[in-house]
Amino acid sequence: MRATLERASPARISRRPTRPQLIRWAVTAVLLLFVLFALPQLMSLYYVDTMTQVAVYSMVTLALGLLVGRVGLVSLGQVAVLAIGAWAAARLLFATSQPYPLVLLEAGLITMVAGLLIGLPALRLRGLYLALITLMLAGAITVVLATVNFPNGGHGFTGYNGSLVHIPPIRRPSIAASDPAYFRYSVVVAILMFALVFAHIKTKPGRAWAAIRQSEPAALAAGINTWFYKLWAFALASFITGVAGGVLAGAVHYLYSIGFPTQDSITLLAVTLMGGVYSLWGAVVAALLYQFLPALLNNWGVSADWLIILFGVGVLQVLTTAPAGLADQVPKDLARLGRFLRGRLKPRSIPETPESTK
Amino acid sequence: MIEVDGLTVRYGGVTSLDAMSLTFEQGTCGLIGPNGAGKTTFFNVLSGFVRPATGTVRAFGVDLLSMAHFRRARWGVRRTFQTEQAIEELSVFDNVAMVHEHSRLGGASRRRDVLDAIEFTGIDVAPETTVRTLGAGHRRLVEVARAVVGRPRLVLLDEPAAGLPEEETSHLAEVIRGIPEHTGALAILVDHDMSLVSACCETTAVLDFGRLIASGPTAAVLRDDDVIRAYLGVA
Repeated sequence: MRATLERASPARISRRPTRPQLIRWAVTAVLLLFVLFALPQLMSLYYVDTMTQVAVYSMVTLALGLLVGRVGLVSLGQVAVLAIGAWAAARLLFATSQPYPLVLLEAGLITMVAGLLIGLPALRLRGLYLALITLMLAGAITVVLATVNFPNGGHGFTGYNGSLVHIPPIRRPSIAASDPAYFRYSVVVAILMFALVFAHIKTKPGRAWAAIRQSEPAALAAGINTWFYKLWAFALASFITGVAGGVLAGAVHYLYSIGFPTQDSITLLAVTLMGGVYSLWGAVVAALLYQFLPALLNNWGVSADWLIILFGVGVLQVLTTAPAGLADQVPKDLARLGRFLRGRLKPRSIPETPESTK
Repeated sequence: MIEVDGLTVRYGGVTSLDAMSLTFEQGTCGLIGPNGAGKTTFFNVLSGFVRPATGTVRAFGVDLLSMAHFRRARWGVRRTFQTEQAIEELSVFDNVAMVHEHSRLGGASRRRDVLDAIEFTGIDVAPETTVRTLGAGHRRLVEVARAVVGRPRLVLLDEPAAGLPEEETSHLAEVIRGIPEHTGALAILVDHDMSLVSACCETTAVLDFGRLIASGPTAAVLRDDDVIRAYLGVA
């Protein structure tokens, strides 16, 4: 082993991105440009609205995937966290004339504080018990929201207007008043959130989370304050979900507490697992499954309730055969298909005879 | 120097360490004993995973037991695990950098220190290789690299050669022997492989059922009648 020591010398490790990395960056950039500029032109308003929801929920599944995949914390309360973000943003949008990005930031921070309050006691638990506690907290938050009503433009802190007519819509940023413009706005916000998570997982917190997920004793022995880093993950996930709630508020214009049922958190976890929790692409796949697929089925006149069965089967398949989810499995399967097709298309080579080897 | 005084650990009715008193002076010290003798428990006390019923541990004049577990690594306690715990998702470099960034040292020298530690262990793969793709021998060396980076004071090696073929064990022995000189730390080696312990350790202590039954120069300890009896179960 000593003979090949020079491999580890500083000169050998380069910081320049490798070829596959460059290709991946280029493909991502082209895809984003397509989504931002071409996609809204190609789709009907129905699908533009659907894709706005996909952008919103990709942030929610991004946050959930961060908790489940990076840190190993299973939360079943993400829809309630989303509701808190949407609530905070709606309230700020009605009560103040602050610019939209500032409102999103504040909604994220308020949700982060709420998430930390939930996280502080909940992080003493893990696995099934943490999932149970977050589910029950989500239930409690949903009950509170249903009781006090969502702010819908009335006066006062809860801001409820019971008249059912003349309810002012939640405003959108002036630069993104139309649906296609708001779709682009949502995608840009989502890109920023993905970049935030990317910056985390490639640096100190990401390494700490990877250690915690694999082995808490190993993380502690490496000097990692596991409690602090878990709380950090909780805070970051809550912040992102809160921002997503803010984007959702502007997307739908009107918020109702029945829009945030507790059981949706379970479906969210299912699609997040199916999409893949170890890759950021998994969050996009999960959001497409969660929002685009039902919209597609509705458009075709098929009940979206069938999806619950599909998601059930999907989760089973993921947990048994492809733990890294569709984001990991589909490229592998495509590569395999490509190799198979290449093998088929290539002309059969003539079996070697003794003469040909002469 | 590590001074252990009257250290007792109980799990329910089982006394895993029984009033253990011992001083580890310097260099690489061996700690041996049959299964269940309390070797790993002793390491877990030093790492802060187990709270002893009584006793004190003073490490270079510092009361180690009063420190929070994650702070001990920052102070300079490092360890490897019986079942190897190299973080699969991270690269070799990141595995080691992870320890460095939670140590007393700043970021300015991180890259050089991490590559130094990797070089010291003689891992013959590129530092950016993901640990998931490595075999058992390399993973053990990644753990050792993590243990020597960032000025450790005390390096605890818990059966680092378990399951390794002879060739890789002899390389590992060479690396372990170099730890005190390379890092200035005191190393304690727990292993069942007597040839590894004899090759690495000037002094050795023997535990049996939580009690210290012998300690001193390795060669003398391995010839001790009590030690032979404890290992072979001869009456």
